[in-house]
Amino acid sequence: MDNESTRGHEARVIDLASMHEATIAQLAQALKQRKISSKELTEHFLERIARLDDDLNAFITVTRDAALAQAEAADARLAAGDGTALTGIPIAHKDIFCTEGVKTSCGSRMLDNFISPYDATAVARLKQAGAVMLGKTNMDEFAMGSSNETSFYGPVHNPWDRETVPGGSSGGSAAAVAARLVCGATGTDTGGSIRQPAAFTGLTGIKPTYGRVSRYGMVAFASSLDQAGTLTRTAEDAALMLQSMAGTDERDSTSLPDPVPNFSKALEEPWENLTIGVPDNFFDDGLDPKNAQLVREALSVFERLGARLKDIHLEHLHLSVPVYYVVAPAEASSNLSRFDGVRYGHRAESSGGLTEFYMRTRGEGFGAEVKRRILTGAYVLSAGYYDAYYLQAQKVRQLISQDFARAFEDVDLIAGPTTPTPAFGLGQKVGDPIQMYLNDIYTIGAPLAGLPALSTPCGMVDDLPVGLQLVGPHLSEERLLAAAHRFQRETDWHTRVPPGYVD
Amino acid sequence: MPLSQEDVEKLCLLARLEITPEELADVAAKLSDIVALVNQLQAADTAGVVPMAHPLDRAQGLRADRVTESDQHERYQRNAPMVERDLYLVPKVIE
Repeated sequence: MDNESTRGHEARVIDLASMHEATIAQLAQALKQRKISSKELTEHFLERIARLDDDLNAFITVTRDAALAQAEAADARLAAGDGTALTGIPIAHKDIFCTEGVKTSCGSRMLDNFISPYDATAVARLKQAGAVMLGKTNMDEFAMGSSNETSFYGPVHNPWDRETVPGGSSGGSAAAVAARLVCGATGTDTGGSIRQPAAFTGLTGIKPTYGRVSRYGMVAFASSLDQAGTLTRTAEDAALMLQSMAGTDERDSTSLPDPVPNFSKALEEPWENLTIGVPDNFFDDGLDPKNAQLVREALSVFERLGARLKDIHLEHLHLSVPVYYVVAPAEASSNLSRFDGVRYGHRAESSGGLTEFYMRTRGEGFGAEVKRRILTGAYVLSAGYYDAYYLQAQKVRQLISQDFARAFEDVDLIAGPTTPTPAFGLGQKVGDPIQMYLNDIYTIGAPLAGLPALSTPCGMVDDLPVGLQLVGPHLSEERLLAAAHRFQRETDWHTRVPPGYVD
Repeated sequence: MPLSQEDVEKLCLLARLEITPEELADVAAKLSDIVALVNQLQAADTAGVVPMAHPLDRAQGLRADRVTESDQHERYQRNAPMVERDLYLVPKVIE
């Protein structure tokens, strides 16, 4: 690739050897001006994956040949002048998204042999925009986890310190983008699975409003919470990817019919008079003091730019973890009943009857955390417990949602830390589900209320990145992206590269 | 109220999920911790609160009742572990 004869032009804005340092927005410019080709870009990132991913385990599947073919098609499109901002840009999909003809495992033994017969809507739209898929990223099994340690394919390592977790469940997507193995990646967020890994790896992660992106072809975990979004280096890049993914879809009746605004244009909109609510709930005893200090400093950046800070209190937010661990397992136990060893997925050898066959198939196909969630779901939905747990959780969910709605009468955004601490060590919490669950304490509220939320890098604690979380009212993605973009212009935390992944 | 091993065995049958005898004690202990966590909900005053089933409080969209999908069973059955004459095979159900 470094062949001198291919480097004839004087004014390459982007050095071929360091293409991975550029953002999607910068690469889109270079592609459009034909300063680089998608084939060069794709080969460059494939070489990085081959060289660097053994230590990270960010990818479950690398689709090399298909990627090169897509890159050539993208170059033809760009040459004809009909590309989009994503045409020719190498991306990766979390392995929860169905991809036609490509293994879609959801991080589980249950789907280890599943070749999807169709594309998820989000995948189809990015494909249509001309993005080049390099592969499918590792994740917690069925997106159930906060550390990427529940994957059938082994844990993902955080590029900032390979002894720590990258967060989860979109841990492979986060590690891949942070290590510059790919320009951007899709993720899904049910209780924090985009924002928490974004915080742990120094990325921008956005979970849009519930229903903003179609769930068609996304393996279902908790249908009233699941939402697709992106992990990118910058808010500007998030705007570009989300633009392609968002919008109503007749194949998902819960996708929102509302028109999709121009997110990139929204980045420049005035926002100086915003009022930002700062809930005391987000600054509790569990928050690392150094993390808290960095979040306070980030808030003062907004203040300096003209925003007004307002102390608020969300009365029922402390119950968001218990609500989540009723609602999500209940929906999961129902959704995962489809894995029966008959139509697709793992099938056990069994000489017994149907019940024994189902039990053995599912016992072998699911890992320990997934089993715990299914059993929890079965418990809270079972006769005699339904009212006390499931119905009660739905009522408290309503109260939490009302708390947010009331807060948004006075404030435009809510801000706080994304996580209580920076990335924790591999193996540190995996034996204690409750400690693992409590790690999501700041991120669970937004999905319960269906609200869009974003994490942007706001500093380093002991050489590990931490994130600032912004939560907005329904359909306020423009505001979130604009605020993050403005913050990223004032700070350089999002430009930091994990040592060892610079070259 | 901690879950007994018998409780867990009953849940496993309800959920059609086998766990090994060696796993049973650990699963019972961890599920008991989870139930203790979610029991915090009992303290919340929810009198008169409408349960929230959908985050956006919107009605489902409707569309015309017409066939839009074509028959692709051969394609889909390529992922099936056992198929014979276009039928999915299951263990014998009727004696």
